[in-house]
Amino acid sequence: MKELYRTGDPLIWLTGGALAFSLLMVVGLIALIMYNGLGFFWPKDIVRYTLADGRQVMGQLSEREEIPQFGEGKKEPLWRIKVKQGNRDLYGADFIWINEADIKTEEKPAAAIVLERREWGDFIGVIKAVKDGATAIAAEPAEGWKALTGALAGQRRLFEEARALERDEVGAISYDQEKLRLANRALKLKGAKDDDPRITANLAGIDKLHKDYEAVMERVGAIRAKLTWTVVLTGAGGVEKELPLYMIVRAVKPNELSVFGKAGVYLSKIWEFISADPRESNTEGGVFPAIFGTVLMVMVMSVAVTPMGVLGAFYLREYARQGVFVSAVRIAVNNLAGVPSIVFGVFGVGFFIYFVGGSIDSLFFPEALPTPTYGTGGILWASLTLALLTVPVVIVATEEGLAAIPRNLREASLGLGATKFETMWRVVLPAVMPSILTGLILAMARAAGEVAPLMITGVVKLAPSLPIDGYFPFLHMERKFMHLGFHIYDVGFQSPNVDAARPMVYTTTLLLLGIVLALNLSAIVIRNKLKKKFATSAV
Amino acid sequence: MPTQEKLQDTGHMESGDARNTEAGQGYLPRRLAGLNSASHAANGPREMIMDVRALTLAYGSKVALKDVNISFLKNQITALIGPSGCGKSTLLRCLNRLNDLVDSVTLKGQIMFNGMDIYDPIINISELRKRVGMVFQKPNPFPKTVYENVAYGPRIHGVGRKGELDGMVEECLKSAALWDEVKDRLHDSALGLSGGQQQRLCIARALAVKPDILLMDEPCSALDPISTSKIEDLMVDLKSRYTIIIVTHNMQQASRVSDYTGFMLLGEMIEFNDTPKIFQGPKDKRTEDYITGRFG
Ligand SMILES: Nc1ncnc2c1ncn2[C@@H]1O[C@H](COP(=O)(O)OP(=O)(O)O)[C@@H](O)[C@H]1O
Ligand SMILES: [Mg+2]
Repeated sequence: MKELYRTGDPLIWLTGGALAFSLLMVVGLIALIMYNGLGFFWPKDIVRYTLADGRQVMGQLSEREEIPQFGEGKKEPLWRIKVKQGNRDLYGADFIWINEADIKTEEKPAAAIVLERREWGDFIGVIKAVKDGATAIAAEPAEGWKALTGALAGQRRLFEEARALERDEVGAISYDQEKLRLANRALKLKGAKDDDPRITANLAGIDKLHKDYEAVMERVGAIRAKLTWTVVLTGAGGVEKELPLYMIVRAVKPNELSVFGKAGVYLSKIWEFISADPRESNTEGGVFPAIFGTVLMVMVMSVAVTPMGVLGAFYLREYARQGVFVSAVRIAVNNLAGVPSIVFGVFGVGFFIYFVGGSIDSLFFPEALPTPTYGTGGILWASLTLALLTVPVVIVATEEGLAAIPRNLREASLGLGATKFETMWRVVLPAVMPSILTGLILAMARAAGEVAPLMITGVVKLAPSLPIDGYFPFLHMERKFMHLGFHIYDVGFQSPNVDAARPMVYTTTLLLLGIVLALNLSAIVIRNKLKKKFATSAV
Repeated sequence: MPTQEKLQDTGHMESGDARNTEAGQGYLPRRLAGLNSASHAANGPREMIMDVRALTLAYGSKVALKDVNISFLKNQITALIGPSGCGKSTLLRCLNRLNDLVDSVTLKGQIMFNGMDIYDPIINISELRKRVGMVFQKPNPFPKTVYENVAYGPRIHGVGRKGELDGMVEECLKSAALWDEVKDRLHDSALGLSGGQQQRLCIARALAVKPDILLMDEPCSALDPISTSKIEDLMVDLKSRYTIIIVTHNMQQASRVSDYTGFMLLGEMIEFNDTPKIFQGPKDKRTEDYITGRFG
């Protein structure tokens, strides 16, 4: 025993074991998220179950679990399955539990299709007829499928066209109208009379824009009138539904698809997920605005935190007279990193939004009041709040880097007649760059995963527009934004249809992980490049 | 030479504050006058370039230099020897005011350079350090390219034109006997050079700001014998254009390269004289003990 103790083997086992355990936990976590998240988009086969009581259920198998049994004695295990039957508008729920014992037969009807709709989730059923207005085009599943897939793209393009008109042209018109209205308010605030020529000119402008608006709406109506195609479907249990084609986002016939065909659908769904806007209160569609918001917020945060942290660290380490006071400041800064993030959020609301934002509004945007412009949550304030939250990380990393720069490097520069500032700028700053980036990496990782302070400083469930668009000044830092972390919380735990949304949680989590990883990796690559360039003397 | 006799006298003034301050005021200017007139005739110009007068320095309460007097002559190599901790580096770092970086330093006395006390508040420290270059014990090239290392000083002092810089870099690297070895890797990192090359690069870097004086603090202590001899040869070459003050641990080195040698002990300048005289006939018992290896 003593011998064993002296060899040191137990310590190796202990440390190695601890490491292995930690790795296992991390790998397990990632594997679980990947398994749940990546499987979500795979188009599963549609099965028609006929139950003992004659009822029929048609849908995609989503889960299978053992039914818990109580009482004495060993019993045969009983199973039940969860089937995604869709047709929420008809059945009331997307999912149904079936005891396996009740199933009499199950088959995979070749004609079964699943339609992803803009509203009410998926429809699972069989085509009964396809119509263009009152004209019947097809009255039988196989032919109907052909007609459906043939007309779908065209109908959808028309629908998108109408939507784009509404969004872009109508959006531009109301933007201009709002500008004129605010201009008038500003004029009146400055004391202009109602019959001031500028005001009447603006009013005329508003009227003209309203005419433009009516013209655009007429065009929209004309396009809408062409959206005449419909499909009549039968669902399990004989229910029937007539559906306009433009309401269909995607039509898939999984039972007839090969693995490659399914892979194609899978990829198109993944692409939609990362590139499209959310639909149906975030439970369907994509998360692009949330990705965009997360990345933009982290970048704005980085831009704010780096100079703040670096300058602070330089002052603490290079200029301040080392002593009790500086040590106290240092300890305070280090402890700031441990303050709960919601506290920073509260500070952000109180200071940035109410005080700074409110002052900006009353100085620069009085005509828009009482509607706040900057005096409400927005991406700028959220980013600055996170910058405050993460500034200790950057300060500590930079300070450590500064302390590690050999004194003789500074002396070499000073000895050549460089001033202290020149030495800082030309020698110390480049040499400390890798440490700054290390700090920034840690700060970004922390910021990308932070949700609590954002919820009160500008994140919303659904932002009407991205913080970047085509209107001057293009980057609208006062706008509210979406964020993946909040999206996870909202979709998973606040949505009306939790069962359908739960897999989205995993997918979104995976995406958030991926983004944090990508941000970190890029910073690490830059740091290593810099390190190579500025490697400190080995002698 | 009369000057040397007198300088040697200062070495014996070990204590007595009153006498020293007197000497600091009255005695040194006379020495200066004698130096200029007497030496011209015999050995060509022997102009004094830097003159340390009654320098006393303390780190906090720890006295590191006690009433040091020493004169450095132009275009000569002066070696400072002595056991470690005796204050050689401290003295050297006073000459370009690098000691200013240490917060706790207090200093008394004067260091005259071009007729001005370098500790006078009107002195521009950057300008002083430009005129008094330094090479450190450990090679400390910047983590930049070879070219950028040499160009650093000129850039700081306002040379921006590429052609001018290129010429200066080449000239300095040639002066430091490094050009042939690095001319094909000017734009590689200086950290890839060997220790001896790095040290010569540091010399080239110091030369690039056109200093009058080159301070070298044990420049060979981290180097192998071959690199050491290269640097020693280099010093002798540079003597015609620069005044060199070198701190060394190595007595052979001092006797090989230097014209004058000062021996320090516990913060005092014990003896200062022509190098041959110090090594062949030291006046002070402690110098003799040190040179013959009895302590240190
Ligand atoms: N920055 C400093 N702070 C305090 N004491 C110092 C400092 N630098 C040197 N000393 C002390 O001053 C004395 C002389 O040091 P130094 O000039 O480096 O000696 P040498 O170069 O002759 O070996 C030593 O006792 C050393 O401990
Ligand atoms: Mg030393």
